[in-house]
Amino acid sequence: MNDKDNGNRDSGTRRIVIDPVTRVEGHGKVTLRLDDAGNIAQARFHVVEFRGFERFIQGRMYWEVPVIVQRLCGICPVSHHLGAGKAMDAIAGVDRLTPTAEKMRRLMHYGQVLQSSAVNFFHLASPDLLLGFEAPVETRTIIGVMERYPEVGKWAIMIRKFGQMVIAATGGRRIHPRLCVPGGVNQNLSVEYRDNLRRDVEPVLAWCCQALELHRAFIDAHPELHAEFARIESHYMSLVAADGGLDLYDGRLRAMDAKGGMIFDGIPADRYADHLGEEVRPWSYMKFPYIRALGPEQGWYRVGPLAQLNCCAFIGTPLAEQARRDFMAQGGVRNGGGPIHATLAYHWARLVCMIHCAETIRILLHDDDLQGSDLVVTGEKRLRGISVLEAPRGTLFHHYEIDEQDRIVRANLIVATTHNNEAINRSIRQVAERDLAGRDISEGLLNHLEVAIRAYDPCLSCATHALGQMKLVVTLEDSDGTPILSKARG
Amino acid sequence: MPLGTLQFTIDGITVQTQEGQSLIAACDAAGLYIPRLCYHPDLRPAGNCRVCTCRIDGHQAAACVTPVRDGMVVENDTPQLNADRLALIEMMFVEGNHPCPYCVASGDCELQALGYRLGMTAPVYPFFWPRHEIDASHPDIFLDRERCIACSRCIEASRMPDGKSVFSYEGRGIAMHLHVDGWGGLGATQMAAIDKAAHVCPVACIVIRRDGYRIPNGQRRFDKTPIGTDIEARRKAPPS
Repeated sequence: MNDKDNGNRDSGTRRIVIDPVTRVEGHGKVTLRLDDAGNIAQARFHVVEFRGFERFIQGRMYWEVPVIVQRLCGICPVSHHLGAGKAMDAIAGVDRLTPTAEKMRRLMHYGQVLQSSAVNFFHLASPDLLLGFEAPVETRTIIGVMERYPEVGKWAIMIRKFGQMVIAATGGRRIHPRLCVPGGVNQNLSVEYRDNLRRDVEPVLAWCCQALELHRAFIDAHPELHAEFARIESHYMSLVAADGGLDLYDGRLRAMDAKGGMIFDGIPADRYADHLGEEVRPWSYMKFPYIRALGPEQGWYRVGPLAQLNCCAFIGTPLAEQARRDFMAQGGVRNGGGPIHATLAYHWARLVCMIHCAETIRILLHDDDLQGSDLVVTGEKRLRGISVLEAPRGTLFHHYEIDEQDRIVRANLIVATTHNNEAINRSIRQVAERDLAGRDISEGLLNHLEVAIRAYDPCLSCATHALGQMKLVVTLEDSDGTPILSKARG
Repeated sequence: MPLGTLQFTIDGITVQTQEGQSLIAACDAAGLYIPRLCYHPDLRPAGNCRVCTCRIDGHQAAACVTPVRDGMVVENDTPQLNADRLALIEMMFVEGNHPCPYCVASGDCELQALGYRLGMTAPVYPFFWPRHEIDASHPDIFLDRERCIACSRCIEASRMPDGKSVFSYEGRGIAMHLHVDGWGGLGATQMAAIDKAAHVCPVACIVIRRDGYRIPNGQRRFDKTPIGTDIEARRKAPPS
């Protein structure tokens, strides 16, 4: 796993730049540096945004943070709200919430993962998967998908709508809700909301299963493409429950190597820094985490749905567990029983997780604890709070330290896209090495690079945290930096 | 008409009230809402914010400090007056830092609610971006001067109902800011969370610690009805 992409600009090279990458959340660009022979000398995924939430919450009162930091993102604000909420529980000296509070947060979280995963799979990724990587760019959109597969359009809208209804039912509104207060929550689930959601969850679960079947048809039709496109062998990390089962809201950290061997297991959130380091590279605002025991060169890993399925021993809901077994069986055939490394398998794993979310929501909606009135626990204040959960894109850490007057003095957020930073770089390199032919910048090549990135469902504003124009510009430069070819779209 | 009763018109509506009433108090009692920010019914009026400015007998004056006179003719709900009020609100927004999306007072803030009521949709003036440290020295209250609109409610409440004189102004003009009577911040004063001064702030400058966000979205004062609706309901209510 030697990193070949850290060198300085060499003489005798040319650069291809994709700026920005489209159909991802936020703004990044891709630079491919070619040598004189036309081969890939370097591949970099730059994140060119910067927001700096970790800095400007300094000085704010700790109980404000769950509401402030969710402004990082409009796609996954709930994950940041819950992540910060869990960290503030620790600062408030609360280790165990009331059943009502715990389950309200879980319900909100599973609704969030469901709706956000639906955005990625249906709106961002399905045009590539269902219409083909080489389909005309004008039609390779969710509208194009809906014209050819009308039922997919319905799933896209209705599954996301349901997830957002769950969020609104638990936090007052669909985007940027408020539920968490230190030590608990500020409301329970009304019977009216519960009954409406109970009615809607059954078709949502069925649509998730149908979407998986449709995706399986794509996999069956393109087995080699699915297995090999942007494929890299990596380590994996995710949360698992105490019994080793999949748990997206709480648990201990587990990391597995590329062969399926355990690197670490049972690590609580507040010890994450003992096991994970963060490397800074000068060409990106996004850091590069690594497993300390393996070092920066060898210790990079992947998180997200693929890691969640590779790391967990089982899934505690029946339909998702069956889907997980099918998923791992296919991996077993190709990898001798080890983890699945296909990058496009992120989509398959994401659909399995969506089924699990719908099943979990169904279970929670029949739990009377959600109508309980014991909402908040108090405790003895601590000066540090660290939390971890599995956000839609993978493992999310929130780490805060406060002073004696309850003001934030330090914060560190490691979001899923940051964990996947090195892996995204390596996947685009793999694609570029396979598909780039000399100086020809084809539409197909550009989209292949973006398909590789989209598989990770990166959220670049979360990872570094800004805004800009969603326009794709590709520039080919000679070794002196003089543009010799440029293409633009958008 | 009983002795001591005065009669005036506001926006063409005839109102009867007692001698000695301020225009804003008389209109409140009659169920006619005059927008305001610094005025609080339990405190002595100061005429600081000028949001309640009405046209009275052809001249503009603040309704909170203008006593009712018999036969006075008042204009309140006119496009020009509301535009002037909106401009005042917009200036207050840019002179401080008011991040409504995450503010602890969102939905319960009179400045925000008045912005909604008067139709404020986007900032018009350039932001000042003042820098003020939070005063978190008090165990039960924190002071966020970035939100202060210099209404003086806390100053008045601390002096009169509380009898403590915790707050005052320091500096002049745009540099004027809320000052506390204690070396080392609010924690060094006699301020208590049960004080009137801790509960009259129209924004989120004086906040009770750890209470934030306990009331869910949609259940705060101005989440369902605009500011002033409670006053207007008095006029619409059937006679008992």
